[in-house]
Amino acid sequence: MAHEPTASSSGPAGMDDAATAFLAGGNGPDARITEQSLRHAPGPYFGSYGGRWMPESLIAALDELEDTFEKAKVDPEFLAEVAELNKNYSGRPSLLTEARRFGEHAGGARIFLKREDLNHTGSHKINNVIGQALLARRMGKTRIIAETGAGQHGVASATAAALLGMECVVYMGAEDCRRQALNVARMQLLGATVVPVTNGSQTLKDAINDALRDWVANVETTHYLLGTAAGAHPFPAMVRFFHEVIGEEARAQILEQIGRLPDAVCACIGGGSNAIGIFHGFLDDAGVKIYGFEAGGDGVETGRHAATITLGRPGVLHGARSYLMQDEDGQTVESHSISAGLDYPGVGPEHAYLADIGRVSYEPITDAEAMDAFKLLSQTEGIIPAIESSHALAGAIKVGKRLTEGAATPSDIVIIVNLSGRGDKDVETAAEWFGMLDEDGHVKGTTLSTRSSKGAAPTAEANADENAEDATHE
Amino acid sequence: MSEATAPATGGKSAGNQGAASKSAAAIDRAKAAGRKALVAYLPAGYPDKQTAIDAAIAVARNGADIIEIGIPYSDPVMDGAVIQAATTQALANGFRVADVFDVVAAVTAQTDAAVLVMTYWNPVLRMGVDEFSRRLAEAGGAGLITPDLIPDEAEEWFAASDKYGLDRVFLVAPSSTPERVAMTVQATRGFVYAVSIMGVTGARASVSSAAEAVVAAAHGAGAEHVCVGLGVSKPEHVREIAAYADGVIVGTALVAALRDGGVPAVGELARELSTAFDPATPTTTTGA
Repeated sequence: MAHEPTASSSGPAGMDDAATAFLAGGNGPDARITEQSLRHAPGPYFGSYGGRWMPESLIAALDELEDTFEKAKVDPEFLAEVAELNKNYSGRPSLLTEARRFGEHAGGARIFLKREDLNHTGSHKINNVIGQALLARRMGKTRIIAETGAGQHGVASATAAALLGMECVVYMGAEDCRRQALNVARMQLLGATVVPVTNGSQTLKDAINDALRDWVANVETTHYLLGTAAGAHPFPAMVRFFHEVIGEEARAQILEQIGRLPDAVCACIGGGSNAIGIFHGFLDDAGVKIYGFEAGGDGVETGRHAATITLGRPGVLHGARSYLMQDEDGQTVESHSISAGLDYPGVGPEHAYLADIGRVSYEPITDAEAMDAFKLLSQTEGIIPAIESSHALAGAIKVGKRLTEGAATPSDIVIIVNLSGRGDKDVETAAEWFGMLDEDGHVKGTTLSTRSSKGAAPTAEANADENAEDATHE
Repeated sequence: MSEATAPATGGKSAGNQGAASKSAAAIDRAKAAGRKALVAYLPAGYPDKQTAIDAAIAVARNGADIIEIGIPYSDPVMDGAVIQAATTQALANGFRVADVFDVVAAVTAQTDAAVLVMTYWNPVLRMGVDEFSRRLAEAGGAGLITPDLIPDEAEEWFAASDKYGLDRVFLVAPSSTPERVAMTVQATRGFVYAVSIMGVTGARASVSSAAEAVVAAAHGAGAEHVCVGLGVSKPEHVREIAAYADGVIVGTALVAALRDGGVPAVGELARELSTAFDPATPTTTTGA
C-alpha cells in the first residue's frame, strides 16, 4: 500500500515557509490539478449540492462577499497577509506528530496527528476566522457576528475581532452555553458579546438561525463569519479555501517524514470545515483512502445522533442543498451528540458530493466510542483532544484495524488523523462522563475511571487497552 | 407589463404576472373597488387546524383580499419572535404539512379571497415540488410565497407552477440590485412581495422609508402588482403604503391578535386595517 513520493513533494524546503504552502492552496501552479481534479471546486454547486437557498435580502451581501473573496484569493497582498498571520499569530505550520503508543491500539498502524490543537485559540477554527475577518475589513464592515456550537469558532471569531479592532457578537445555543461555559467566559474576556439562543433545540442550528436574522437586519455594517464549510455560496468554497492549508501542510509533512503519502486520512465531520481542509490535500491522490467520521451520538439506530450523511436525505437548510436530518415533512430533526461542535443536523455540500461519488467514506462514531478514544489518546500520548476530534481518533482505530488485518508488518500502514482541536473546553464534560465528579460536581480523584454506570473502574492503562480492544462497546 | 428582457433564469412565464393569476385578480378587484389590496398572513395549524381555518375566514370576511397561509417550519429564519412562537406551537400541536391543503381548501370554499401558501422551501422539496403543487392546485390555492427560494434556484418551481397554473410570489428587498429586481419581477406571477425593511417579520412603530423605493424599483422593472410587507401592523401604515403600492401585507399583528383575543379579535383587526384604505376613516391605533 506504499505510495511513491510525487513530483510535487516538497521536502524540508517546502515546509519551512507556511506562506508558500498557503499560497499554493489557492490558485497557484500545482502539478496535481487536472481536469479530473476534485480540489478547489469553486462552487456554487458541488454536483447537485450547494447553491443559495437564502432570503433575497441577503443576496446582495453574498454577492459582495463572493466578489471580495474571488479578488482576494488571487491578490498576493491579501494572501501574504493571511500567511503572515498564520505563521506569526496562529502558529502555522502546525506539527505532524506520530502517536506511537496510540497506534498500537489501531492494529499497529502508524498514526500521525495533524496538530491543529496547537494553533492559537486551540483549534483549526483560527484559519478561517483570520481569512474572513480580513475580508470583512476589505468590505468596510465594522461588526462581526458568528454562531458557535462548542465555542471554538466563537472564541476564534472573538479573537480575530479583537485583533482587527472589530465589534463581535456570538450566537450560541443556551444548551451549548451550559455545556461550554468556559468558552463563553473566554469569548467575553476577548470583548465579544455572547447571545444565548433559546429557540428550538438551543444548539448550533438555532444559533445559525439567529445569526442569520441578525445579518438580515444589519448587513450593511456586519459580516456573518460562518464557522463551517456549509451555508450559501460562497461560504462552503471560501471556508474550505482558508482551511486547505491543513491538508497542504499535512501532505508535505508526511512526505518529508516518511517519504510517501499515507494510506488513509481521517477527520471528524459536523459541518465539516476541518475535514474539508485536510481532505483537500489528498483528494487527487487516488491511493489515499479518506474517511469522515460523523457524530453517532447514542447510536444511529436510536435516532439520537448527528450522522447526517449516514442517515440524512438531501434537503435545504441554512442556504445550501446538502444532506440533512429531516422528517417526512421536511422539518429539521434535532441532532444529538456529546460533542457540541458536531451537534448539527446538516453538513457542508462538498461533503455530500464527495460521499455521493464515493471519494470519501463517511461513518458514524458513537459518543461512547469517541470518549474511549478521548481517554486513550490522553493516556497514551499525553494529548487531551477535543471531543470532536476524538470521533476522528475513534475512527482511526477502526480504520487501522481494518487496514492492518492480516498484514505481516502492520506498521507499513500509515494514517493521518486531523486533531482539529484540544480538549481543554471538554474537561468538565469528560469528567462527568467518566464519573469523576461527586454529587456537588467536584472532582473525586485523580485517576480517570470508567463511567460509574459501567461498574468497577480498572486502572487507566488497563482500561485504555480494554477500550482499544473493544471500541464499539455500548 | 413592460416588455422587459427575459430573465437569466429562463423566464418561462415572463410577462404574465397577471395572466390567469388568482392573486393578481384579487388585487385588481380591490383596485376596481377604489382601494388597495389587503394581504393577511396567518399560520396554518395555529393554535390548531380548525381555529386557523376559522381565523382565516374571519379575516377574509372582514376585508382581506388575499390570505397568506404559512406552513409552520422548524427553521423560520425570516420570522420574528411572534410568528416563530405561533408556528412552534402549531408544530408542537401536531401540525403536518399535508394539513395546509385542508386549510387552503376550507378558506377557498368559504370566501372569495385568493389563498396563497407561504412556505420555506424544504417542506416543498421533501414532498416533491410537483406533488406539492398538484395538491395545492387541487385544494384551490392560488400559489406560493417563497421567502428562502430565489428565482436563481427555482427551475423546478417554474415548471410546476406553469403546469398547475399557480402564482409564484418572489421577494424583492431594499438591498436588491436593479438587475435582481428586474430578474425577480420577470420570474414572478401574481404580485411582487416588496420587503419594506432589512430584517425579519415583526410589528414596528413606523414603516421604513425604504419601502417606497423598493416598490418604485419593482414597478419600474415592469411589475403590475407590488405589495409591501414586513413591519406593517397599523391602520396608519396601511394608509401610508396604499399611497404607492398595490397592496399591503400584514402578518405579525394578526397573529398577535389571534394569540391574544382569538378569532373575534383577528377579525376585528382585519376590519380596522381594511377600512383604513378609505381616506374618510380616521387614523386609529390598534392594540395589536
